[in-house]
Amino acid sequence: MKILVPVKRVMDYNVQPRVKADGSGVDLANVKMSMNPFDEIAVEEAIRLKEAGVASEVIVVSIGVKQAQDALRTALAMGADRAILVNAGDDVHQDIEPLAVARILAKVVEAEAPELVITGKQAIDNDMNATGQMLAARLGWGQAMFASKLEIADGVAKVTREVDGGLQSIEVKLPAIVSADLRLNEPRYASLPNIMKAKKKPLVETSAADYGVDVSPRLEIVSVREPQGRQAGIKLGSVNELVGQLKEAGVL
Amino acid sequence: MAVLLVAEISKGALNRDATAKAMRAVRDLGPVTLLCAGATPEAAAEAARIDGAARVLLAEGTQYAHQMAEPLAALIAVLAGEFEHVAAPATSVAKNALPRVAGLLDVMVIPDVLKVVDAETFERPIYAGNAIQTVRSRDAVKLMTIRTTGFDAAGEGEAAPIETVADLADPGLAAWLTDAVTESDRLELTSASRVVSGGRGMASKENFALVEGLADSLSAAVGASRAAVDAGYAPNDWQVGQTGKVVAPDLYVAVGISGAIQHLAGMKDSKVIVAINKDEEAPIFQVADYGLVGDLFELVPELTGALR
Repeated sequence: MKILVPVKRVMDYNVQPRVKADGSGVDLANVKMSMNPFDEIAVEEAIRLKEAGVASEVIVVSIGVKQAQDALRTALAMGADRAILVNAGDDVHQDIEPLAVARILAKVVEAEAPELVITGKQAIDNDMNATGQMLAARLGWGQAMFASKLEIADGVAKVTREVDGGLQSIEVKLPAIVSADLRLNEPRYASLPNIMKAKKKPLVETSAADYGVDVSPRLEIVSVREPQGRQAGIKLGSVNELVGQLKEAGVL
Repeated sequence: MAVLLVAEISKGALNRDATAKAMRAVRDLGPVTLLCAGATPEAAAEAARIDGAARVLLAEGTQYAHQMAEPLAALIAVLAGEFEHVAAPATSVAKNALPRVAGLLDVMVIPDVLKVVDAETFERPIYAGNAIQTVRSRDAVKLMTIRTTGFDAAGEGEAAPIETVADLADPGLAAWLTDAVTESDRLELTSASRVVSGGRGMASKENFALVEGLADSLSAAVGASRAAVDAGYAPNDWQVGQTGKVVAPDLYVAVGISGAIQHLAGMKDSKVIVAINKDEEAPIFQVADYGLVGDLFELVPELTGALR
């Protein structure tokens, strides 16, 4: 069984985002970039399935600027077998929308015929949480989003999902899309020897045009601004002072 | 300019709070049809009385009973044709199903709408709420989830007429097995007017009883940071943050929570924030209105006692 894992290169989660002075977006120039943390979890899960003998091959794919190959190399160093980079533009500030990504991924799935696609639950830049669901719709496949546990047996994925009320167990027929939530696993770090080895693993470059997909956005970004800031308040000396302040503020 | 609003239904019952807040967000866009999929007739009747509902569509088929994405999205996609806007409160059900609807209709989804600027322009958070993006949709159908914390619940109105919609065949792609729902008498986190959350500083699952005791003395719901949930101190559905629940109560008390960006994303719109932490440099104090620096194992029981 082949597993396809889409990964996205995003601003590193430790970097404090700054809105550009012209209000056109968040400044990504000279900022540390990394693989989206949820995608790391997805890659890790796929590799574990291969190590367990459930999967035969793990293919990673990224859609975006040329620099997205950094995220692909990281995934290869973690243990993925090969990578596909879909060039979809050369402006690092131009985010490719989930719908366009899903349409391209649907074509990649047609070509590669994986039985399972594992995506990250959401990218921590645009926080859309949409690509996996959209891909499932485009393919007519079942979906198991926000997975905290995944078991594959007899052509079925049994998935525990994190939902508002707690945990939900479902079964979805393969082929299917699963999206990784935070507690699915703890991704490994790539070792130095594996990082060196990853440089020799196959990475194929294609372009959005090769798949005949128009990546122009459906949502025009009118502006981006900083949220209303909160002022730091006061530190109090005792519990009694706190109770007094809360009564004065009218919340008790 | 009609609106289809997907009501939040759980085990057949209406989540009135989430649905009525989403109603408030969208009702100025046009007459609102409320879809109650997998709801009981009683739940549909309750939905029909939410002020702003022009009509209610009830889909009673068992395939909708667990709000599984495949049948629910197929139903919404079929109904969407006669609407310019399709919306739902941004719950785990809607986050699962609405992007699937978008994929079926070949339109974008606009997640976590904070503000409706006009019929095609919306504000939403990106980068864990560190930036607010205004987007204008070019799609024929504007599909969106509403972040309910920014809206007051719509009140009671005249009962709107209820129509039953024909069920669609279940695509049979997935099956519900079980729900391991945390049974508790506690207030629901996203609708409570007070929330007490515990973090890594609680140091054990047993110690979380202190957070619960404080919550009891305040009639508050209980939340947790990601660190506390990862460590097994609290169940996943208590998690407040970028990828957990987003809350904006009148009072938010953060106990032993350092205040990572992803936690702040879930609570920084609370009206009054109190932080209790032994580290006076903890980032949580940057957003807290009132802070107590000290040992939470002394301060929390003392505060609980003072409030009783």
